[in-house]
Amino acid sequence: MKPERSWKLAADALVWLLLLTMPFWIGAVGGYIQLGTLVVVMALAATALNFLIGFTGIMSFGHAAFFGLGGYGAGLTIKYLVPNTLLGMAVGVVTAIVAAAIIGKLIVHLRGIYFAMVTIAFGQIFYFIAFRWNNVTGGDDGLSNWHRMPIHLGFINIDILDSAVTFYYFVLFFFALSLAAMAWALRSPFGRTLLAIRENERRARYLGIPVDNHIWLSWLISCTFAGLAGTLYVLLNNFADPHQLHWEQSGEFVIMAVLGGMRSFWGPLVGATIFIVLQNYVSSMTENWMSFIGLFFVVIVLFFPDGVLGILRKA
Amino acid sequence: MTELILYNVFNGLIIGAFYALMALGLSLILNLSGVINFAHGGFLAFGAYFAYSLAPYFGFWGALAAAPVLTALLGFLVERLLIRRLYGRDPLYSLLLTFGLAFMLQDGARIVWGSETLPFSVPGSLNNALSAEYFFLTGYRVFMVALATATVAALFAVLRWTRIGMRIRAGVVDLETVSALGVNIGRLRSFNFALGIFLAGLAGVLAAGMLGLQPTIGNDLIMPSFVAIIIGGLGSLPGTLVGGLLIGVASGVTTVFFPSASEAVIYVLMALVLLVRPRGLFGEEGRQ
Repeated sequence: MKPERSWKLAADALVWLLLLTMPFWIGAVGGYIQLGTLVVVMALAATALNFLIGFTGIMSFGHAAFFGLGGYGAGLTIKYLVPNTLLGMAVGVVTAIVAAAIIGKLIVHLRGIYFAMVTIAFGQIFYFIAFRWNNVTGGDDGLSNWHRMPIHLGFINIDILDSAVTFYYFVLFFFALSLAAMAWALRSPFGRTLLAIRENERRARYLGIPVDNHIWLSWLISCTFAGLAGTLYVLLNNFADPHQLHWEQSGEFVIMAVLGGMRSFWGPLVGATIFIVLQNYVSSMTENWMSFIGLFFVVIVLFFPDGVLGILRKA
Repeated sequence: MTELILYNVFNGLIIGAFYALMALGLSLILNLSGVINFAHGGFLAFGAYFAYSLAPYFGFWGALAAAPVLTALLGFLVERLLIRRLYGRDPLYSLLLTFGLAFMLQDGARIVWGSETLPFSVPGSLNNALSAEYFFLTGYRVFMVALATATVAALFAVLRWTRIGMRIRAGVVDLETVSALGVNIGRLRSFNFALGIFLAGLAGVLAAGMLGLQPTIGNDLIMPSFVAIIIGGLGSLPGTLVGGLLIGVASGVTTVFFPSASEAVIYVLMALVLLVRPRGLFGEEGRQ
């Protein structure tokens, strides 16, 4: 085995070990289980976004839309239709997929900065729907008075409602499943083609690759997992709020991906961890947290554009 | 009913004039430097607050004249210190940096001037209604539309007939050649950025007179300005202008029939334009 490959395996093993044992050590480092769960949820969303930004070379700045659609889909289903967690998640994810498929068809031939602008703008439609449709979505106050339900699988009952630790493993299960699916997709010929498009779209086109189709599929995969992360997010909070649809949220996903390292599969997890912990810390310390977060963005862009893992790789 | 529709069309025009002023500034910067300036709304807020702080000393008219210039100066400094490091890099980074800058400007305005809504009074001569029948035609509103129109006309005149305007237009087409011909493009970009921020500052002063002052005053205007650019077509300033007015009126008219959709309608309009004419109404082919 090449040394590089065994390093990689060791890193993977370490990441999973840390994630699996998180409930046992997070208290010791000054965190709490819900914060750890939030990190995993956000890392899923950022990894999903990075599938598009980092591995297809397409810049979306509107992923909060699908994160939020997943969330509201799940929340509304559980609140109004069926108090069933898994069903709510399914509805949320399907909602995100349908919206992504339609919007994707409209924008898939756009590139670069134009694509980014249009994704930002489209995201705002859903924000205003959630914001304005008071009697259903709760408007600005968010969708409350509902909560995630324990899961009955016939032979086993999983109490994700009362046990925060159980819920963490529930989230981690979906995180692992999603990351495995994305890693698998990236290793397949399809994923290699995405890298080819990222590196040189014109050449890929001359080779006969249906570029727009590939980008649309990559967009769809990315939005699907962003939607799934959104469902987990509202389940974590037992609450959906319009801010998770807002473009500011989209920007936060992008900074997580960049901060960790866009070219690395684990980058978004690292970025999400740093960002969430820092945000949590700064907003509890000072009311000027917006300035700090803003400054943080500027510093990263100017001095650490390759992200943490990018720097480690170079060193 | 006619009066109600007229009222909302006029309202839409005013809002559209704001969108157009904002979007023209964004468009200038985007066309020449390839930077989407998320912080544009923050600059607008600073324009408004500068006017608020200057008004006690120089009166409304003095503040109206000085605040946009001060804002442009701030924009010039920001370009020199931060924005210019982004040129030639992946557009992703310009989005992120100006996004962070937007946070800092908004929070900065809050720290300096507080988060409560501050009143910004316009002279009495502008405040009376011009017509008893059409109560909504106050002097200030008509003045705003007139001033916005004059500003836009002046902008187009500068771009059309002055040397620096010509250089900006040439730079949009082919910056490298302009540079090779001996034009200092660093300075050109600074001036162009400051010009864009000037428009934001002016929009800020005008908005302050209508809406009152809040650190978040620019937030509701920035997204529609993006939409105005997309609808008008990337790379076309007249397109941006038309796009701004169009979505302003569209949201004004929607207010009559379906008020809760007045914000969402502009995004639906954008989707329609992208469906029928992906490059935007006035966009050049291939510039998508």
